[in-house]
Amino acid sequence: MSAMNRKVIQTLAENISKQVEHFSKTETERLIREFHVLLKEPMSNHPGKEAPGVDRGKFRNILHEDFGMTDRMIMDQVFRTFDKDNDGFLSVKEWIKGLSVFLRGTLDERIKYCFGVYDLNGDGYISREEMFHMLKSSLIRQPTEEDPDEGIKDLVEIALKKMDHDHDGRLSFQDFEKAVKEENLLLEAFGTCLPDSISTEVFERSVFQSSECH
Amino acid sequence: MGGLLTRAAQWTNDSSGCCKLEATQLNEFLLKEVLHFTEQLMVQHPEEATHVFEEPLVWSTTLEASDFKAGYDVSDLLVESHDKDSEGRPLLRLKPPTISVRSFSQLSKLLHLAENNTLAEVRECLQGNKDLVAIIFGRSFVSFMEKEDVNQDVQSLMVKIKEREPSEDVEAKIKVFLLLQKKDKEILNKLLQHVTEQVCLDPTAVRNEVEWLKQLCSKGENRVLKSLCYTSDYEFSNGCNAPLWRQLLGEICYVVLTPCDTDTLYITCSNDGVFLNKGIKQDGQESGYERISEVYRDLVTLLKHRSPYFAANIKTQQQENKEEEKTVHHHVRNKACGTTKYEPCPRWRKLGLSSTRGVEKKSSRSFVEKKMARQGAKSKMKAEFSVSSLTGHQSSHRIKSSVGAMPSELFSESSSESEEEEQPERRQENNTDLPSEYWQIQKLVIYLKGGNQTATVLTLCAMMDFNLMQETCQLAIRDAGGLEVLINLLDTDEVKCKIGSLKILRKICNNMQIRRIIVDMGGLQSVVKILDSPVKDLKALAAETIANVAKFRRARRTVRQHGGIKKLVKLLACVPNLATLSVNQEQDVEVARCGALALWSCSNSTKNKEAIRRAGGIPLLGRLLKSPHENMLIPVVGTLQECASEESYRIAIQTEGMIKDLVINLSSDNDELQMHCASAIFKCAEDKQTRDLVRKYKGLQPLVTLLGKANNKELLAAATGAIWKCSISKENVAKFQEFKALEIIVGLLTDQPEEVLVNVVGALGEFAQISANKAIIRKCGGIRPLVGLLTGTNQALLVNVTKAVGACATDKDNMAIIDQLDGVRLVWSLLKNSSADVQSSAAWALCPCIKNAKDAGEMVRSLVGGLELIVNLLKSTNIEVQASICAVVATIAKDKENLAVLTDHGVIPLLAKLTNTSDNRLRRYLADAIGHCCMWGTNRSSFGDATAVAPLVRYLKAKDSWVNQSTAMALYQLSKDPYNCITMYEKGAVKPLIQLMGSDDETLQEAAAGCVRNIRLLAQANRQARLFN
Repeated sequence: MSAMNRKVIQTLAENISKQVEHFSKTETERLIREFHVLLKEPMSNHPGKEAPGVDRGKFRNILHEDFGMTDRMIMDQVFRTFDKDNDGFLSVKEWIKGLSVFLRGTLDERIKYCFGVYDLNGDGYISREEMFHMLKSSLIRQPTEEDPDEGIKDLVEIALKKMDHDHDGRLSFQDFEKAVKEENLLLEAFGTCLPDSISTEVFERSVFQSSECH
Repeated sequence: MGGLLTRAAQWTNDSSGCCKLEATQLNEFLLKEVLHFTEQLMVQHPEEATHVFEEPLVWSTTLEASDFKAGYDVSDLLVESHDKDSEGRPLLRLKPPTISVRSFSQLSKLLHLAENNTLAEVRECLQGNKDLVAIIFGRSFVSFMEKEDVNQDVQSLMVKIKEREPSEDVEAKIKVFLLLQKKDKEILNKLLQHVTEQVCLDPTAVRNEVEWLKQLCSKGENRVLKSLCYTSDYEFSNGCNAPLWRQLLGEICYVVLTPCDTDTLYITCSNDGVFLNKGIKQDGQESGYERISEVYRDLVTLLKHRSPYFAANIKTQQQENKEEEKTVHHHVRNKACGTTKYEPCPRWRKLGLSSTRGVEKKSSRSFVEKKMARQGAKSKMKAEFSVSSLTGHQSSHRIKSSVGAMPSELFSESSSESEEEEQPERRQENNTDLPSEYWQIQKLVIYLKGGNQTATVLTLCAMMDFNLMQETCQLAIRDAGGLEVLINLLDTDEVKCKIGSLKILRKICNNMQIRRIIVDMGGLQSVVKILDSPVKDLKALAAETIANVAKFRRARRTVRQHGGIKKLVKLLACVPNLATLSVNQEQDVEVARCGALALWSCSNSTKNKEAIRRAGGIPLLGRLLKSPHENMLIPVVGTLQECASEESYRIAIQTEGMIKDLVINLSSDNDELQMHCASAIFKCAEDKQTRDLVRKYKGLQPLVTLLGKANNKELLAAATGAIWKCSISKENVAKFQEFKALEIIVGLLTDQPEEVLVNVVGALGEFAQISANKAIIRKCGGIRPLVGLLTGTNQALLVNVTKAVGACATDKDNMAIIDQLDGVRLVWSLLKNSSADVQSSAAWALCPCIKNAKDAGEMVRSLVGGLELIVNLLKSTNIEVQASICAVVATIAKDKENLAVLTDHGVIPLLAKLTNTSDNRLRRYLADAIGHCCMWGTNRSSFGDATAVAPLVRYLKAKDSWVNQSTAMALYQLSKDPYNCITMYEKGAVKPLIQLMGSDDETLQEAAAGCVRNIRLLAQANRQARLFN
């Protein structure tokens, strides 16, 4: 990698690391490199012309391979939460900001993040329908039951009973936040959208320690 | 009372139309209860059971003469019991097939003989003796009792009855009567439950109809009825107005109804329908309940038959008021819903579960309507939701929030549904069925079984919302197979599932049964494994779970065998006393706290204590002891004090410098912590150095301060224990006195539990070793309660009490009080106690008592059999008892007369027999006793004959100056007999005696010299005799 590229990356890293909470400048730098590795496109000679970014498929690959996520819908939602400007690509900034919460977020940040993932239509509420949608495949169907969705519906009610503090039949962010603060287990109530500690460690190690070789 | 019993029985008579008890379930139940009562009476009130009946119970039995064996006079056809009443009539008499019985005990025996036919016998008995109670107690007695207030006590009843009919066994009679009455009520209540389970027409329907008819009364000119009202306004919880014993017969309520054209109608509404009765205006009129008409389907039908005016008008009325009626009906029904009890909540139906008294069984029309209505409502609701395809079981919240959008009809229905949510609680109060939580939890377990991790976590969270400390919930989880799932979750890789599972397990395992199942399923191993997890939350939870499960031995062993102790000890490693902690460190502290909790539970087993020590737990605990947090200190000190039963721990606690921290925490604000600290000091202060350390760190004053918390008995016991052990050091006693400890302690001699008393008295015993304190004890009035405690039974307490009494008795003034309170006799009688410790302690106490008492000799003689008791105790195998009794013998023998008695009881050979001991303590007192016993008659030569001298000579070589001294004295006495001198000489006594003459002790010098002189004189005389003869 040329000195020029390195310098560009360093400046960028400096910039971004000022805006992002949990990564040091070097770590940011490594993450930028990793971003470019992902793009399979090293920084070109045209620093002004940015690549469009990591697309949904690539990102889903990472979530699946590195973080063991399986639920396609949740993974799409995670992508959407990362992709702040909704352009279908993760810019380097989005990538780093997203990962900052994803890997090292505080509880408050993670609550916000999870709520964003679960709020499928982005209207600021997790509705019954959304819950049902997310929990759809969470139970083994009992063939004997009259209504195969009975269990799922019941789970939705359980979730509402537990978290819907203002009793309006849907979860506002305040509902969700309060419930999670009371019981941390509810953070990922509607599906795994955060990495567990082991895969986080593995990922961080591979990115932050081995990126020198690029 | 028994009136009720017969009523219950009569009911069946009515239903069958003749005087037999039908073979219905209800009757069988009744019979069983009566049988049970008879049996129980025999077991629990044997005295009352022998009470003789006023008249015999007579019935025809299936038993034959041959069935009767021991306890009966059996002739060909006649059987009479051996037991007779005061006039000699047998209590049981059988002249087949007629049998007459005159007491409950005989009745019970007879039922026992009947074996398989017991129920048939009871049935026959009840049928044959309808007025059971009058027969048993006499009619006048029963009528008298029924007038009396049942709640007054037996004594006052007795006085009243004795005025009327003087008879000896009135008390027994009253007791039996009251017992019978109580049983009667129980049976009735149970029967009522039976009946209510079977009702087929519910009170609601009746009530609706009555309400509706009431509307018809109030219509001025157009009215079809004049008036209508219930006989009683009191409504039972099941919705009935009828008195309990009538409810047994299925009756719900009574109405008084006046139509416009006929006389007033008195109507009974029962499960079977409505009918006219003889006229019940108020409760309690027995005659009125009888049925005098046929049974009608409902009130309207009855009225149509009885009142032509009603029949004519009701049709038009019905048409006119159709609309109105409908709403009224509806309204009423909803109001009634709140009081309906026996409807399962909707969830039950959903699960396809129906209660025993489920909806389907009821034939009430109104209920079916209601059910249909609700289903209608539900389908509407469903339809609404299904727009969003998110139908579900409606929680009450949901319903309330959706009210606005619902038609009013739906509103009323849904509110009734939400009321049903509260029903389970009432049901639980009745304790008649499982509460809804039970079924809710069962359902959650199903989701647990079939859910992926998201569903599992959600379900676990929902489960946590239940009151898991409540047994119903615990058992629900168990019954549904939830424990297995929860335990299996522990072996998965899902951290969140494990956390959730442990959060539930740690709570439900407060139930002993659940703890055992968890261990049986191997769950504890999994929990122990989790202790290695890198996730701190998980470690802490696992440790906490272990703390709760390891409450029984097998669990503790399992923890140890799977390496749990080592892992738990590892959890303790943290820095507990930093001023500011990072989040991470805080978590470490929490983990350590849970680890300490678990170790505390585990430390109940001796092997675990050893394992904790070997795993290096003691220094870690010592470090945690520096923590400023009570919630950390309590388990740590708890563990330490638990382990302090082991020598190794006591040493470690002392050498690791923990005494200082324990002392510091004695001044904490937390009673529990103070208690554990005091308790640890209690256990450790057996060691002198520890006692000194407690004083050095100024721990004595806080201990005395703790005595102020006299309300917390556990704390008081620990504090007094610590004071007791600390006061073994004289310096500590002196220090204690600066804080006036003795005065406080004496005050604790009364009204305290035994655990406290043992320690208080123990401390007194130590304090009284200092002579100034003896006077203080007396001045504070401590002698009297102390002597009073001599009559107790707690052996540990008695040991301490006798010791304290003995210590106090060394003071003449104290002794005078003890003597006055007859304390010597009390101490003496403790020699008969079964515990050797008490025996020896009492014997030791006797020594100063006898020594210091006025007219000691006379006093000893006055205790009948006392001396014989002493002599016999020499046969004890316990060395301490032997030694103490020897000391007593030596003291008593100072009185010549008593010595003579002792000699008569054969004390000499018994003492001689003991001489072969090698125990120096015993030797000392034995030699003392022998020396003193020489003073009478031919005892000296008797000792010689019993070969006691040779062993005594060996005592001279013992390296115990006390033994040497008393032996020298004894030998000096014995040497006054020439044959003994020969033995002494032969056994080489002279040389050690001469050495003893060089002792600093004058008495010893004198005795040794005297003995040598006697030996020498004999030798000289001998030689002279040889020379001159």
